[in-house]
Amino acid sequence: MDRAEIENIAKLAKLHIEDDQIDEAIAGMSNILELVEQLSSADTKNVIPMAHPLDALQRLRADEISENNVRDEFQAIAPETENGLFLVPKVID
Amino acid sequence: MYNNSISIWAEKLRKREVSSAELTQFFLKRIEKLDPQYNSFITTCNEQALAQANAADALLAKGDAPALCGIPIAHKDIFCTRGVLTTCGSKMLANFVPPYNATSVENFARAGTVTLGKTNMDEFAMGSSNETSFFGPVKNPWDKECVAGGSSGGSAAAVAACLTPGATATDTGGSIRQPASLCGITGIKPTYGRVSRWGMIAFASSLDQGGVMARNAQDAALLLSTMASFDAKDSTSIERPVEDYSHTLNTSLEGLTIGVPDEYFGEGLNPETATTVQAAIAEIEKLGAKTKAIQLPHTKLAVPAYYVIAPAECSANLSRFDGVRYGYRAELKEGEGVEALYVRSRSEAFGDEVKRRIMVGAYALSAGYYDAYYAQAQKARRLIQQDFVEAFKEVDLIMGPTAPNPAFKIGAKGNDPVAMYLEDIFTIATNLAGLPGMSIPCGFVDNKPCGLQIIGNYFAEGRMLNAAHQFQCATDFHSFEPADIA
Amino acid sequence: MAWETVIGLEIHVQLATKSKLFSGASIAFGAEPNTQACAIDLAMPGTLPVPNKKAFEYAVMFGIAANAEIGKRSVFERKNYFYPDLPKGYQTTQLAEPIVGAGYFDIQLDDGESKRIRIHHAHLEEDAGKSLHEDFHGMSGIDLNRAGTPLIEVVTEPDMRSAEEAVAFAKQLHQIVTALEICDGEMAQGSMRFDVNISVRKPGDPLGTRTETKNLNSFKFMEEAIELEVERQIREIESGNKIVQETRLYNGETRKARSMRSKEDSNDYRYFPCPDLLPIELDDEFIDQARARMPELPEAKKTRFINEYGLSEYDASIITTDAKTANYYESVVQLCKLPKPAANWIIGDLAAQLNKQELSIGESQISPEQLAGLLVRIDDGTISSKGAKTVFEALWSDGGTADEIIERKGLKQVSDTSALEAIADEIIANNPKQVDNFRAASADKQPKMLGFFVGQAMKATQGKADPKVLNQILLSKLTGQ
Repeated sequence: MDRAEIENIAKLAKLHIEDDQIDEAIAGMSNILELVEQLSSADTKNVIPMAHPLDALQRLRADEISENNVRDEFQAIAPETENGLFLVPKVID
Repeated sequence: MYNNSISIWAEKLRKREVSSAELTQFFLKRIEKLDPQYNSFITTCNEQALAQANAADALLAKGDAPALCGIPIAHKDIFCTRGVLTTCGSKMLANFVPPYNATSVENFARAGTVTLGKTNMDEFAMGSSNETSFFGPVKNPWDKECVAGGSSGGSAAAVAACLTPGATATDTGGSIRQPASLCGITGIKPTYGRVSRWGMIAFASSLDQGGVMARNAQDAALLLSTMASFDAKDSTSIERPVEDYSHTLNTSLEGLTIGVPDEYFGEGLNPETATTVQAAIAEIEKLGAKTKAIQLPHTKLAVPAYYVIAPAECSANLSRFDGVRYGYRAELKEGEGVEALYVRSRSEAFGDEVKRRIMVGAYALSAGYYDAYYAQAQKARRLIQQDFVEAFKEVDLIMGPTAPNPAFKIGAKGNDPVAMYLEDIFTIATNLAGLPGMSIPCGFVDNKPCGLQIIGNYFAEGRMLNAAHQFQCATDFHSFEPADIA
Repeated sequence: MAWETVIGLEIHVQLATKSKLFSGASIAFGAEPNTQACAIDLAMPGTLPVPNKKAFEYAVMFGIAANAEIGKRSVFERKNYFYPDLPKGYQTTQLAEPIVGAGYFDIQLDDGESKRIRIHHAHLEEDAGKSLHEDFHGMSGIDLNRAGTPLIEVVTEPDMRSAEEAVAFAKQLHQIVTALEICDGEMAQGSMRFDVNISVRKPGDPLGTRTETKNLNSFKFMEEAIELEVERQIREIESGNKIVQETRLYNGETRKARSMRSKEDSNDYRYFPCPDLLPIELDDEFIDQARARMPELPEAKKTRFINEYGLSEYDASIITTDAKTANYYESVVQLCKLPKPAANWIIGDLAAQLNKQELSIGESQISPEQLAGLLVRIDDGTISSKGAKTVFEALWSDGGTADEIIERKGLKQVSDTSALEAIADEIIANNPKQVDNFRAASADKQPKMLGFFVGQAMKATQGKADPKVLNQILLSKLTGQ
């Protein structure tokens, strides 16, 4: 794990690491990755990855409209809204 | 009377010896008076609680109220409560008042319980000591210089200090059992899918499971019977009737086989904890159960697998906290755009541990690393589950220590995340497998509580609570309490 | 040697369900901003997705139509990236195990040839919301009504070799999804959106570097964007430059395209299986039921219209271009049993009127019942063809039934033989000179000369005489036959 790598990850995660904390962050990450490295010792040939604790299957919902307009209630707790829209700094494609 | 169990309070409420309003006021006063030393609550709901209590009293007066009607409880601040601040222990949600209830909160409300308040927790449930909370660490009622454990440290301390007769909590890698152990109370995390995750703010979706904390197994059974449900709003909820866990508490343990994993008594375990836990297992044997040494050979993979899977899931789960629709939004400087809105809001409002885990997760999923980390961890997860599947062919329950050490000093592991992660070494595997686990008090190490962990097969909550209750009928570790709470 | 164009398409098809892919909020178009965004769509903390069964049914129907293998097991994954219109910070989509596997469509080209376009796969995913860039004091507004709308993304192989082929494919796909009624096909509302992958090469060479032009929502823009991009790529290569792999945006109004981002800035999406959702397994019964629910596809419908209604190949193909027109046509025919006139009016006057008003057939001011009423009155001779046009226009603008309009406007033709005979006798009596001329003329000149008498009779009846009947009466009286 080096500076470029951690900066790239921070960028993906939309987090900023202060310059004077980069070394500490790298050390912290490296420690954890070292712990996680132990996984490579496991013989996982022919083992099917397990994404869910239970081997259950997805239920499907009937196509019905069950939700009402909740805009006012939810926008009351939003940081910035206008005319029913959530406002963000100008988005440029 | 502060230390009455839920079943006693329920009896008194039904007989109208006490009203829910009196009971509620009594606990709210205790919280006001005592909690400044523990910091176990983030929010108390005085007005709402009294309104709920009055409604419960009206129902009780009619005579056909549900079992828990009028009982005050506390909810971990990870459960969304309509109209009540829900912070998840984070600056990110320090202003968040959801317009909706978690299904668990709803289930308790329907049963007529009263919500005293919302309990402190590690930020987004990421931590084993409650030190990552934006609202400050919870102090262990047994030793206020020590941690209460985490992430449900607030619920555990509140129950231990008798600020509430019971509380909800969640467990992603041990977050119910470890603080229960450190605070000397009873805590149970049921099978994954037994308690709805709707409205329970996600840390790691495939591991998170709600559960309860109380002063004994009998109370835990009452609470869990109310909290558990099938919920069509949660795709991972199990469509299966909920048992009344109180019904089977008195079943004899005669003929029960208890598996004791060799791996849970090896390196890293405090020797006194080992002795205490072994003595407790011997006590269970006296009640008619047999013990059998078993092997869970992939135990050593649990912590590494967990620290890939949980961060990977959390890195995506926490992406919704972007300052756009709710929660913390950074003050932007002139000319700053959307990117700054995201980066500044998230960087300013997430604590270090949360950021660290998001970063680890993003890294483990990133191009070129997925197979080595994430895919490998999911395979290790299956190996760990298979260990349990094999073991449960031969045993009914598994018992061992909950935590390797008793409560440690606040700040002692602050700079070493990995040392902190190893505190969950015995609890993590059950989350990976989706199995139910619980912790009950079984003695003291360094004058601090020590927990016995009971792991059951899928949906064996009734069996676990039964064993725990029988143990508590024969012993009194659960009725000890910290010195200055009276 | 000439350049060869290589085109692959990714098409986002909005499914015509009632509710969203993962929530019970409505997907109806045109609602006030954020009034159809529920807690799940807003990615409120603690909310969870539950998938819509109908979306799977529709995806399976599409898969069957695409001659594709149906993914009996499919898995939702999270595609991670931050964007204001993506509330969760990830899109729930399918990657490794999609609902529809490899398949194909055969498209008809203008030269009558057919060409097979292979489908790589199609997957279910949720749509994003919308960013509105009107100025809110220098800020953008976010509307999440569209967030969570079910989509299938259809990914083709790079099998198209020209803009015409790509457009022909796109039109056929439009025809099929509307025929299946799994998509409303309203392109202007974004119900179908095309991403076009374009590269050029010398025939026989390996594939060139491609660019992706995103979010085209009309066939016209698609054609223009492809032509423009092909020209640009050839120009770049011929002047010694390399094509950079990038995402481009085409502006249909300025007819210009620009680079949006290059591959280097592209995101690392960190896909992984969504832990809030379980694998979906569809059994044979589910697939059979979806198959049973499938309506007739355009090709089969066209053949049936030719056989059953005696339509020409041309008329049948126009009427079956989209399911709504075909349904409209069949409703009319069912009511009036006049298949050929129905086709003529729908392709002719009705289409012209819809075009003029820029409306789809679903928005027609004249219902099948109204049109059928008109056709019956033309057929039984109640009105003349001129009168029919008047009735049609009145139906469009004022509504009502053909009979009401005929009555109100007095358009009923006089076809009562005795009345017309009396008029004919009177005209013959009053114009002896013209009668003599007519009778003296040779047989080949007579039809032309008959016009005078018809004109007089029409004048006398104020144009309401049935010309067919009138002709016959006058001719027989004048020739004495």
